[in-house]
Amino acid sequence: MPMDQVAAHDHHDHDHKPGFFVRWFFSTNHKDIGTLYLVFALIAGIVGYSLSGLIRWELAEPGIGPLTGIVEMLYGTTGPQAIEQAKSFYNVVITYHGLIMIFFMVMPALIGGFGNWFVPLMIGAPDMAFPRMNNISFWLTVAAFVLACTSMVVPGGNGVNGFGGGWVLYPPLSSTAGHAGPSMDLLILSLHTAGIASILGAINFIVTILNMRAPGMTLHKMPLFAWSLLVTAILLLLALPVLAGALTMLLTDRNFGSQFFDPSGGGDPIMFQHLFWFFGHPEVYIMILPAFGLISHIVSTFSKKPIFGYLGMAYAMVAIGAIGFIVWAHHMYTVGMPSDMKAYFVAATMVIAVPTGIKIFSWIATMWGGSIDFSVPMVWAIGFIFLFTLGGVTGVVLANAGIDHAMHDTYYVVAHFHYVLSLGAVFGLFAGWYYWFEKMFGIKYNKVVGYAHFWIMFVASNLIFFPQHFLGLNGMPRRYVDYPEAFSLWNSVSSMGYALSMVATLLFFYGLFEAMIRRRKGEANPWGEGATTLEWTLPSPPPFHQFNELPVVKNEGGH
Amino acid sequence: MADDVKHDYHLVNPSPWPLIGSIALTTLAIGGVTYMKGLFGIESGQLWTLLPGFLMVIWVMAGWWREVIKEGRTGDHTPVVEIGLKYGMVLFIVSEIMFFAAWFWSFFELAIFYPARVGETFDATSPVWEGLNAFAQWPPTGVTTFDPFHLPLINTLILLLSGTTVTAAHHSLQHDKMDNAKFMLLITIILGVAFTCLQVYEYSEAQFTFDGTLYGSAFFMATGFHGAHVVIGTIFLTVCLLRLYANNMTAKKHLGFEFAAWYWHFVDVVWLFLFAFVYVLPHLVLGH
Repeated sequence: MPMDQVAAHDHHDHDHKPGFFVRWFFSTNHKDIGTLYLVFALIAGIVGYSLSGLIRWELAEPGIGPLTGIVEMLYGTTGPQAIEQAKSFYNVVITYHGLIMIFFMVMPALIGGFGNWFVPLMIGAPDMAFPRMNNISFWLTVAAFVLACTSMVVPGGNGVNGFGGGWVLYPPLSSTAGHAGPSMDLLILSLHTAGIASILGAINFIVTILNMRAPGMTLHKMPLFAWSLLVTAILLLLALPVLAGALTMLLTDRNFGSQFFDPSGGGDPIMFQHLFWFFGHPEVYIMILPAFGLISHIVSTFSKKPIFGYLGMAYAMVAIGAIGFIVWAHHMYTVGMPSDMKAYFVAATMVIAVPTGIKIFSWIATMWGGSIDFSVPMVWAIGFIFLFTLGGVTGVVLANAGIDHAMHDTYYVVAHFHYVLSLGAVFGLFAGWYYWFEKMFGIKYNKVVGYAHFWIMFVASNLIFFPQHFLGLNGMPRRYVDYPEAFSLWNSVSSMGYALSMVATLLFFYGLFEAMIRRRKGEANPWGEGATTLEWTLPSPPPFHQFNELPVVKNEGGH
Repeated sequence: MADDVKHDYHLVNPSPWPLIGSIALTTLAIGGVTYMKGLFGIESGQLWTLLPGFLMVIWVMAGWWREVIKEGRTGDHTPVVEIGLKYGMVLFIVSEIMFFAAWFWSFFELAIFYPARVGETFDATSPVWEGLNAFAQWPPTGVTTFDPFHLPLINTLILLLSGTTVTAAHHSLQHDKMDNAKFMLLITIILGVAFTCLQVYEYSEAQFTFDGTLYGSAFFMATGFHGAHVVIGTIFLTVCLLRLYANNMTAKKHLGFEFAAWYWHFVDVVWLFLFAFVYVLPHLVLGH
């Protein structure tokens, strides 16, 4: 058995790595598992990004064009039937784009990838609390992705494969009436599996952070990235089981004759929306909080100043997490809820702008008077702050129930959540990538490629999503395969933005492969005196097992 | 452990179980969908399609926990690691509580807003707490519910009693009175099995079904998931009993037992809420 081999190795050099198969498939090492997560997120990201390419290709011009061609290739149909199938296929594409980007790209990359890599390093721990459970979190995420991909290619409903009811899975679209085929059942079990993976990962992060901080590192001295992961993990732990319950009810409604969401039996489809968004709203903070955490480090490092208002920053994240649980129905203003309820959810939602504002202003105050180094991660971080603020401002607009009645399910909403996720979380992701790349892999990337990636991506993603505000304000509904002639200008601009983003993405991969081929040796701390967290005290890449002797955090030390 | 490691944390050796476990769950999920809908040309409704995944999951659980027990007995579970394991178990129970939150949520939402959905006059602008008459039609007319003060009350007493016996077993274990601990744990397990048997009997006597009525769906889902947790808890306690007989636990080190006891108390408390809201409230407070 491989375990015996490794046990034997333990008596030699502690940095001795197991063989290839054991190392990457049976791993119990937080850094290797973090790398696995990052590779997985890259692969899933390519799939999700390609699906968004299909969306922008189809919407580049009015009429139903490109997707009909794809349907003709996939199903061998022609004429009006192919057009009907193309409409359903479009719904499938947007559904899986959303699900894959959320569950298999952003979450694995930010939480599984950077969280696994840097939470133990930053708090001075030798590994995660439960290294073996850490690995099943990863492999269950892969299992969930396999199930989701399988669900894409088995019969769903409406004459195409896959589920086309949107990532929110509302019944009756997700009921037998909407999608009778096995696709939706596979998708439910895929999300159950992803949920188990995330809950186990969340338990792992919370225990690691509470139990394994280096001597002297109190919670109030803990780096903000670890704080962000702590809050994220608590949100995951509390929100995901509720989704699991809702999905289970959906499954029994579909297969075992229950009527939870079936009005004909007295059930309530709105109840699914409530249960879903009780999970779904914390979920959006689950995606953005790790980015908040790492942006704080980047801004502080390259301003050569400690983060402004450290405690305020930490507790702002706690506040965002806590309030995030009591605002969910702002996603469903139009279902016919009482005005009092709307008034409450408007007020509660707007309150979130306060801790979010604390974060934005504290980042700016950190830069204020600092000796700013506009390095590659720093420009990504500043891009993040600008774009996330823009998305946050449209969020305050949408928080108003009255305005939302007009804006609900329009492209304004699409623009809003892509500004906070695609341009927020993903920019945070790239900022973290360029900040920690040298630390993780021990090689230097080409800075010129990094800058070019940023500027092209910055222009491209704004080109894609800024015009969508105009489309939404003019009333273009989301999730439609076609649109009237009047919307064609901004749609074509948006699609051109997508084409430009392909250049940026190619540059990203060019930068990755160039660095891998050239292998310029990385330094332990390439960022200088501004980088004060513990990971920079280790060589790049860090040893297989770090901190065999725990670091001691001194009392006067910063965070 | 290598000689130069100067901390008490547990660096776990590489393990095949996570990967096999993930393959097992994928197999189980695909088998489940094949059972429900038919997949890849296999007819639906054949129970054997669930079997491969299920057996693999059992295999992984047995192999994984065997590894954990072995590590615990060879000294990997230092005091600081034990604290971590305890945090972990508490957090797992917290996530289970949120899982049950979904069942209570659906039970209450379906109950309170039932009149609104079946077309009765219902003023959506009036606060729901203006009286329990929001429950007026719950359970819906025509549904005969259980008398909470027959079998359900006996079941409540059985579970409460089992909570005391498991605590007695823990107390004996801490004081190294192994025979007494085994006896008390055996009583606990018997009480757990008795609860499950009575619950099965109660289900067989039900005047409503899972797939016929909304009330039945909500009732069986909430009590059914609780029942599943009772069975899991009973298995957990049985493993602890077998480990006691195998001299696998000591008065100082018996984390597995503690976790089984915590889990058992959690199951117990969930039942009290179920008893109060699913059984007693409609019957006693609302008078039907």
